Amino acid sequence: MAENSEIRYLNPPTVEVRKKKYCRFKKAGIKYVDYKDAEFLKKFLNEQGKILPRRITGTSLKFQRKVAQAVKRARSLALLPYVTDLLK
Amino acid sequence: MLKQYETVFIATPVLSDAQMKEAVAKYTSLIKDNGGEIVSEEDWGLKQLAYPIQHKTSGFYYLIEFKATPEFVATLETQYHRDERILRYLTVALDKDAVAYAEHRRQVRAGKAAAPKAEAEPVKEEAEVVEPVENQEA
Repeated sequence: MAENSEIRYLNPPTVEVRKKKYCRFKKAGIKYVDYKDAEFLKKFLNEQGKILPRRITGTSLKFQRKVAQAVKRARSLALLPYVTDLLK
Repeated sequence: MLKQYETVFIATPVLSDAQMKEAVAKYTSLIKDNGGEIVSEEDWGLKQLAYPIQHKTSGFYYLIEFKATPEFVATLETQYHRDERILRYLTVALDKDAVAYAEHRRQVRAGKAAAPKAEAEPVKEEAEVVEPVENQEA
């Protein structure tokens, strides 16, 4: 019985390896998020122009706040839409 | 004590070139007359708006970077508010990172102006350095 307790798999179990998310600002050493660069800010928006959560983009809290601020400034200057469809 | 600011305004697209120049001159002289100094100016030209403002779908964007006293900002914004040519405006204070970024941006733009054929490259170094994060859920 003792020998049988060990579980054997015919195929090696496939463990899904998720790529670790990272904060792109920390990695690239960016300190200031520019509200004038709408193309860059679009990376943090979904198709409806909503700000993506940190759990998806991997941005650190410090920079998520800055991104949110920048997006809102860009929206008020009509560089980014408040509501839309098919932004990308 | 002067602080560094940056202001962007959107003027109506119905203005002629001369009228636009006059509007810009009004604000630059307003800054100078109130003891401020202009650091740089940027004309973005006629741009499409992301959504209509006052039934206009485009506007002239103009950016002025300046140093002024904190009290002056209210004066400037009142002037913007009273001006019928201005559709929108935004004034932000620049911290030290923002000042460094603004300087860098200016250099990049100056470099681009010198070599206009390199317009295929991304506008800013930020856009080049950063590779897109893969997000399946989005």
